[in-house]
Amino acid sequence: MGLETKQPVQSDVNGSGGAAPGNDCLPAGLKLRFAALVMILLVVIPIVLGRSPYYITVLTNAAVLAFISLGVWVTFSIGRMNLAQGAFALVGGYVTAILSTRYGVSFWLCLPLSGLASAVLGALVGWPVLRLKGVYFAMITLSLTEAIRLLALNGGVVTKGATGIVNIPRPGAIGLFGLTILPEFNGADPLPFYFLASALLLLGIVGVWRLSTSRLGWVFRSLRQNEDLATSIGINVAKYRVIAFAICCFMGGIGGAFFAAYHQNIYPATYTIADSVNFMLYCFLGGLGYILGPVVGAFLLIIAFELLHAVQDYQTLIYGILMIACMLWLPNGILSLAARRDAKQRARGS
Amino acid sequence: MEQMLVNGVVLAVNYALIALGITLIFSIMNILNFAHGQMFMVGGFVVYYVYGVYHLNYFVSLVAVVVVLGIIGYCFETFFFRRIRKVATREENSMLLAVGTALLLENLALSIFGEKQRGVPPVVTGVFRFGSAFLPASRLLVMLLALVLIVGLLLFVQYTKIGRAMRALAQDRELTHLMGVNVNRVSAFGFALGAALAGLAGGLLITVFGVNSGVGNVYSIKAFIMIMIGGAGVVPGAILGAIVLGFAEAIGYALLPGSVTYLLIFIGLIIFLLLRPQGLLGKPWG
Repeated sequence: MGLETKQPVQSDVNGSGGAAPGNDCLPAGLKLRFAALVMILLVVIPIVLGRSPYYITVLTNAAVLAFISLGVWVTFSIGRMNLAQGAFALVGGYVTAILSTRYGVSFWLCLPLSGLASAVLGALVGWPVLRLKGVYFAMITLSLTEAIRLLALNGGVVTKGATGIVNIPRPGAIGLFGLTILPEFNGADPLPFYFLASALLLLGIVGVWRLSTSRLGWVFRSLRQNEDLATSIGINVAKYRVIAFAICCFMGGIGGAFFAAYHQNIYPATYTIADSVNFMLYCFLGGLGYILGPVVGAFLLIIAFELLHAVQDYQTLIYGILMIACMLWLPNGILSLAARRDAKQRARGS
Repeated sequence: MEQMLVNGVVLAVNYALIALGITLIFSIMNILNFAHGQMFMVGGFVVYYVYGVYHLNYFVSLVAVVVVLGIIGYCFETFFFRRIRKVATREENSMLLAVGTALLLENLALSIFGEKQRGVPPVVTGVFRFGSAFLPASRLLVMLLALVLIVGLLLFVQYTKIGRAMRALAQDRELTHLMGVNVNRVSAFGFALGAALAGLAGGLLITVFGVNSGVGNVYSIKAFIMIMIGGAGVVPGAILGAIVLGFAEAIGYALLPGSVTYLLIFIGLIIFLLLRPQGLLGKPWG
């Protein structure tokens, strides 16, 4: 295989994205920022907001939605606009729901299994569908979201149709040699779910960061720039784009499984086209050139949405206008502002 | 059997209006109009208010649809897409903006029109009978109007000056500019025309199915299916896609329970795209 060489040092392989992944040129600074994020998520927020379930719930949602969006970011990195993430979250949710209600499988086993099921389905569907590019891919994935919803609706006894599956058990305790490592989750306290969500998000960020700085990440970026060129230097394009898509679906499935256990129910309408679109918008508003893009986008948008509660009727409308405004005036995402400031500082320093 | 055919023809003709509108915008702007279904929905609501609530003539309400949607399309092009063409750094930007406009229209509609299902009284009454099939006069009217509009549109694009400019724009934007065509004006007009077609389809179909503010995505997906079947950006492809989808839907609804029809259509579509990713009449690409 080609590309078995040393990692290229220059970071502008991202090309027209305007924003190079500032991540791999500043490992020390990045580690510091990541440590800060860990502290904020796992220590500061629980201490400051631990007594207000409402905010913890909002942040739990934001963390897992950010995790799911990270998957969409991976498909963006191979140059595909993926509007099917809602479908795979739904698949993950249903796998967890069916396994835990019907067969009594523990949540901790359901979680990876859901991810795996979504990834396998994603690879199967992705193989033909990934031959499409640009708007064609966007159209077929949008249709896929609707197709999976209809599948759940017509699933008969397996998915229980429109009534959905309710009373999904919460995650149980984890014990090792009679020692309880993790207590059982109960409904009264939202904090355990919050910690689980934060842990998922942090793992997701590390995973995707490792991925995008590894050889695989460079292969993905080469696919985005020019698939023909990538083929010509010996990259198996079909294989790698299926891998990227399966990773994306895996994350979608995990997120869906989390929400199934968190809300204790799942319906065909739990994830619709609007959700698929939102996952993509989080990535875009944070900035497609940055791994933290989907995370920043998800947290900002979800918190903004909650703040807009005050204007009740016009909440969604203002939300829509905000998003269009961002697209027109911040085409590289919110993080491009920070990058611009960094560049200025560096210019001044040297 | 005859009933299925009659229903299929009625659906196909109306879907052709939707598919032609989205094809028009796609070919001259190279933008996939994600808000097409939402424009359809707004068209339906304009008819609901002008004809259903204020009791003006049905044809007056259709003119109102053209005016309202024309303005919406014109504004979208002038204020949003023209700017994004200048500042866009990657292909996704214009697509995402299109998604954003869809969200905007849908939320706007939700705030203004509410979420109730709305219908209008029939424009004409009576039923025709063909063999064992029944064709309500209102459906026949909708079909004939759609046919007239389609023929009118094809003639317009083929024989008028601005229609020729639009076709030139679809072939090569820069060269068209060099030939002295006001590219911005023609783009805005094309977008307005595409939006008006979506709205007219909505205005026609509201008399049959009614409309609510959440219906947009459903029709956007139908439009996407049609242009994926026929081949994006190709006018005969759009019409062919509409015929395939219209009949598939009519036959499916007659034989299968509810939403299974679309499930099968999606599965068929994915298998079809595996064999022919550029659609039936599209040119191979990529």
